[in-house]
Amino acid sequence: MRVMAQMAMVMNLDKCIGCHTCSVTCKQAWTNRQGMEYVWFNNVETRPGLGYPRGYEDQEEWKGGWVRADNGRLKLRAGGRLNKLLNIFSNPKMPSIQDYYEPWTYDYETLLNAPAQDTFPVARPKSLISGKHINIEWSANWDDDLGGSTEHAAKDPMLKGIEDKVKFEFEQTFMFYLPRICEHCLNPSCAASCPSGAIYKREEDGIVLVDQDKCRGWRMCVTGCPYKKVYFNHKTGKAEKCTFCYPRVEVGIPTVCAETCVGRLRYIGLMLYDADKVLEAAAVEDEHDLYEAQRSVFLDPRDPAVEREAERAGIPGDWIEAAKKSPVLKLINDYKVALPLHPEYRTMPMVWYIPPLSPVVDVIKDTGYDAEDKDNLFAAIDALRIPVEYLANLFTAGDTRPVEAVLRRLAAMRSYMRDINLGRDPQAHIAEAVGMEEEEMYEMFRLLAIAKYGDRYVIPTAHGEQAHALEELATDCPVSSFDDELLDSSGPFGEGSGRGAVTPVAVENLMMLQERAGADTLVSGGAKRGRVNLLNWDGRGMPEGLFPRREEGVEVSAGGGTPQQPTDDRSLLEGGEARPDNVAGADGGPQR
Amino acid sequence: MSTFLWVIFPYICLAIFVVGHFWRYRYDKFGWTTRSSQLYEDRLLRIGSPLFHFGILFVAVGHFMGLVVPQSWTEQAGMSQELYHIVALAGGLPAGIACLVGLAILVYRRRTVGPVFRATTVNDKVMYAVLAVVIVLGMWNTVAGTLLNLGIAGDHYNYRDGVSPWFRQIFWFQPDASLMEGAPLGFQLHALLAFLLFAMWPFTRLVHVFSAPVGYFTRPYIVYRSRDERPGTATGTRAQKRGWERVQ
Repeated sequence: MRVMAQMAMVMNLDKCIGCHTCSVTCKQAWTNRQGMEYVWFNNVETRPGLGYPRGYEDQEEWKGGWVRADNGRLKLRAGGRLNKLLNIFSNPKMPSIQDYYEPWTYDYETLLNAPAQDTFPVARPKSLISGKHINIEWSANWDDDLGGSTEHAAKDPMLKGIEDKVKFEFEQTFMFYLPRICEHCLNPSCAASCPSGAIYKREEDGIVLVDQDKCRGWRMCVTGCPYKKVYFNHKTGKAEKCTFCYPRVEVGIPTVCAETCVGRLRYIGLMLYDADKVLEAAAVEDEHDLYEAQRSVFLDPRDPAVEREAERAGIPGDWIEAAKKSPVLKLINDYKVALPLHPEYRTMPMVWYIPPLSPVVDVIKDTGYDAEDKDNLFAAIDALRIPVEYLANLFTAGDTRPVEAVLRRLAAMRSYMRDINLGRDPQAHIAEAVGMEEEEMYEMFRLLAIAKYGDRYVIPTAHGEQAHALEELATDCPVSSFDDELLDSSGPFGEGSGRGAVTPVAVENLMMLQERAGADTLVSGGAKRGRVNLLNWDGRGMPEGLFPRREEGVEVSAGGGTPQQPTDDRSLLEGGEARPDNVAGADGGPQR
Repeated sequence: MSTFLWVIFPYICLAIFVVGHFWRYRYDKFGWTTRSSQLYEDRLLRIGSPLFHFGILFVAVGHFMGLVVPQSWTEQAGMSQELYHIVALAGGLPAGIACLVGLAILVYRRRTVGPVFRATTVNDKVMYAVLAVVIVLGMWNTVAGTLLNLGIAGDHYNYRDGVSPWFRQIFWFQPDASLMEGAPLGFQLHALLAFLLFAMWPFTRLVHVFSAPVGYFTRPYIVYRSRDERPGTATGTRAQKRGWERVQ
């Protein structure tokens, strides 16, 4: 047994309203720069639909992920090492910009400079790739909300085998949203495809990252990833991908997409797994067994034997504790309501989904029956083959049984909780019908419906003894500021070279953010840290330390709660008296 | 003048080549990339790029044979001058043609496909020009020196008596400039421009040649790395400046 920890996410699709806030905030934080215009580390797809890039799930076409060879071993679908190197001069299966979309801006200058005239001037769209005026024909969400669905959604690769039925049922319009980020797989095929070995999986938390200094732009990862979540930065010539917001996660706050999620449908926590069993599980013969195989790789941190092994593997105590409380563990292994996205790619994805019950509920509601009645719901799950089969194509390689089981649990919970909400006696048999205890069902309801911030995101911080590395991160991630150098000129050796490659991220801001996010009351950042950005001060009152103290030698809090205790006089000085400008700001903690 | 051209200039270029690469690697790992334009255009690249690259790889092998392996070795191995030329021609001509055709396709693509042209820097353009001239001259030398005169015995220039020994002498620091003085103009220009290209090499996208990922064959598929690698060394491109080290 070789225990490793993995930061994982579960999304509850029933709660996704498709507002794209996650996409927008992620883009603002990470991909809001040249060369990355078309890049969405997080995107939200309407299903049935083509997804982004168009039809990426059709692996016959795009050759992503792994396949099981006849000898029972895994091989990359796009070809092994020799094949990769022979094709290195031009990747035969790379999506072109047209498969994503041609990013554009508008010719705003016309609006400002237009002379007085009878008609309104129009800002015409201009391609950010070619610089020419273009006719916008596609974008990242062209088929949002089933827009143009007869043309686009019908081409959804996941409809294979059930096309005829869906057409028939389409008047009833079942639809849901699927937010996607990088899956941070246990067996990442992007990393395996990288000739330079630039993509790596972090030992501590399993986050998959691209080393920007080692990437040489061979583009094999773009093909290798079946989820098409590695993107090619066409300005710097390097691959970039979702980083699971590791600078945030390291200080214990959730990813930007999770933090800003309006529906609060994302859960983040640790999973412990047995690294020795990953390959075996990923290579099981029957695709339908992949879901169970992956679950069997996970370890239960509440098992003392596992705990001992985890300690021996060097996983810190607070991480093991966090793993025990992980909401992701509960949803995947205890309640068994979360399913992996496309296990058939055999990459062992680690962003899981609770399939939506809403397509079923909607149908019942439309027919006038009680959509919260257990029997109606159960019957509908059995009868409504289309949504169930479709969901199975997404989450269980086409096996409808696990999907049905999950939907029955969700339906039972809905039905069970209605009695409680209406003040009636709860009916134990409803929980029993899906193999759950009443207590368990109630706990599941709480986690799915009303869990607090701290219950949805159980993220242990990176370690104190390593904190010096976090103080000012020289990042190897796409956070670099490409500001001025890149805006209209290139570096000495082409776009993105030279200066502007690395910018430190001030982690203290994230620390403060975490403090405020988790607090119920006003947080005076300075009280603990001794150094706070005045921008956080909302003007109420006069926070302690706003002005320097009159007497010398008064004790000033310094570094009290930082993971790194000041060890010498110099840092104490920096944290305290020497920095009267960095003072406390009273701040309203967000209401959660 | 001859000493400058055939002794000093090559050494300057080689020095820039070596030191330049070292410096570029230290200073600009982030900019060390192929800067692929495949995202913009696929079809022409799919033909042109492999043609050019495989062509130039074979050309490089040919240069190794012609420049580094002394004539006496091949003769000892029982290879006559005629046979050598046939082998060199049989390998070199197709490789050269593939390389030239590929280059032509790539240059055409670079000029005509809007986004690709927009992504072309001045640096790129100068480099392509020198590279193209070097390749064309090399091709001309092969065709004019060998093919056109193949029938006329002893009439054509044998570069393995002139250029090759001179090239080898560079590496034991005893270059004899007179060896190159006697070479035809085509060879002279080819050698000079090639050295100029070497001098430009570390400052252009050509650096990607040295990141040929041969390690891919031996490494495990999945790379694990610890989060905490020494800050400033492993993660940044530049070492911390003296006096600005982080407080531990």
